[in-house]
Amino acid sequence: MAWTLSSIRASTVAKFTRLDYWSIIQVMEKLRKSSHGGRRPGAGRPRVETTQRVRVPESLMNVVQTMVDAKKLKAVALFPSPAPSRLKLPRFGHHVRAGFPSPADDYIEAWLDLNEHLVEHREATFFVQASGDSMTGAGIQEGNLLVVDRALEPRHGDIVIAVVDGELTVKRLEKRRGKIRLIAENPAYAPIEFKDGQELTIWGVVTSVIQKFKR
Amino acid sequence: MSFALIDGNNFYVSCERVFNPRLEGRPVVVLSNNDGCVVARSNEVKALGVKMGEPWFKLRDLARRHRIIAQSSNYTLYADMSNRMMAILGSYSPQQEIYSIDECFLGLDGLEHLDLMAWGQRMRQQVKHWLGLPVCVGIGATKTLAKLANHCAKKALAGQDGVCDFGRLAATELDDLLARIPVSEVWGVGRKLTGKLAARNITTVLDLRDADARTLRDAFSVMLERTVQELRGTSCMELEELAPAKKQIVSSRAFGAYVHTLIELEEAVSLYMARAAEKLRHQHSVAGAVQVFIRTNPFKDDHPQYQAGVTVPLPSPTADTRRLTHAALIGLKHLFKPGYAYQKAGVMLMELREAGHEQGMLFAEPVPDRPRLMDVIDRANERWGHGTLRLASEGVDKAWHMKRGNLSPAWTTNWNELPQVR
Repeated sequence: MAWTLSSIRASTVAKFTRLDYWSIIQVMEKLRKSSHGGRRPGAGRPRVETTQRVRVPESLMNVVQTMVDAKKLKAVALFPSPAPSRLKLPRFGHHVRAGFPSPADDYIEAWLDLNEHLVEHREATFFVQASGDSMTGAGIQEGNLLVVDRALEPRHGDIVIAVVDGELTVKRLEKRRGKIRLIAENPAYAPIEFKDGQELTIWGVVTSVIQKFKR
Repeated sequence: MSFALIDGNNFYVSCERVFNPRLEGRPVVVLSNNDGCVVARSNEVKALGVKMGEPWFKLRDLARRHRIIAQSSNYTLYADMSNRMMAILGSYSPQQEIYSIDECFLGLDGLEHLDLMAWGQRMRQQVKHWLGLPVCVGIGATKTLAKLANHCAKKALAGQDGVCDFGRLAATELDDLLARIPVSEVWGVGRKLTGKLAARNITTVLDLRDADARTLRDAFSVMLERTVQELRGTSCMELEELAPAKKQIVSSRAFGAYVHTLIELEEAVSLYMARAAEKLRHQHSVAGAVQVFIRTNPFKDDHPQYQAGVTVPLPSPTADTRRLTHAALIGLKHLFKPGYAYQKAGVMLMELREAGHEQGMLFAEPVPDRPRLMDVIDRANERWGHGTLRLASEGVDKAWHMKRGNLSPAWTTNWNELPQVR
């Protein structure tokens, strides 16, 4: 049992347990006295197995038990895991043992935000879902989530969302000697060619592909 | 001080087209809730003479002949696209008033040194590029003039490429232009007023601008006098950057099918109250009274007609859905008469005031409000969609629910409805 008596405040216990304040003080006095001489609780290198004996008048046994339980309870309430806001994860300056609380708080340097990592232009960013296998060579599988930034100027080599025959399609953009083609990253699909005067609408530029692993 | 008004062209139709490119170049309308009336038209539909607000059933023939595509209104999509558009436009000026889902004013204080035509073009291009939405920009010395300039930009009466700055026009040019625009295009001049003004030989914007403001105030209203002042370039209306908290919150809707039983009405009223209460909490207000109303379809002359409403005062103001719903259902029981085919129900929250300033009651029991519970409900519904957590009185089946026959997916706001690309 690795709790120290001095850290418990009678008022806290009273609030917690709704027990009479003065009877708690009484118990604490008795406990303090009994810890004089011999081994002091919490002293030395704490070992999980360490135990110690405390003598308590039988009439106050229930009170003490409640206090012990309350202390256990309090440990939970005192050290909550930091509740990260949606999409944000804390980044620490050094490694921190899981479950240990306060000392690390001072070292939180930033909040890692996947939005920040994946989204450059918030207003212009849309998510679409890939279907089919025409882009497997570029690492885009059926069902993958694509992050599309409409603010970017499409360049040669970009993976883009284009409008072809009234449908949205994902392909690699090729601009060569004034000729524009949409290339599938799968030899089973022919490139889509555009003749002079034929208009190609680029809907947006794909900036990431997100694949969740099935488990 | 000058103002710019930026307005999305055929906004709802444009939003649909971004995610469904097949609609490009085709006649498209968006219909109101329950697929009743036309609330947005593409240019192709306007060219066919379809008017705003026309009931869809009257257009069936025309629609078949010209293959008009009718979309149910997808307000989730429009609201998301609107938020994105407003955020982009807001980056062009420190002062912005979001006037409606598809238009906003920008204040030009301190931006006068800019080439405003080029500034407007940049804005227009950015919204088109980033969102795929076409917008027009009107610039004028007052809000009324900015709105009129926007009309000119949209109809290509003046300006260039969807941007019109009245400040660029010489006085005679502006007069010529205003003489060609009917007075009904002026902000705040409705159909009724247009008729009355015509009786005084005021038919164009120019007529109105040069009319005697005093006489018009005496004959009509102070509002009209202000409009005249604004047309002359004297700004009477400032930007309202923060939308004032609403004084009333209404949530009502027509049913998808007629409703005959009290239990179904109770479900509908519970649902509408849940939405109204959510809005109430969102603006940090509490309500002191609740109104409920129900009615049959007034356009069905052959059905027996009934409509009624009742206001239920609350012992103490609240934003708790359970107490508000309870009050509304008590009111509903008073109103309900069997034997009618009900077509619409609604609730209104009244006597709104800021939360946290409630007067305590001397002899009453403490109110059983559960603000934490409401907070949890609101957050769960925000995260996982409306109705995720709800009162059981809303029911499960909702056979009376809205008809939305051709609703496009929530392309931008639901993981399960994302656009598919091949």
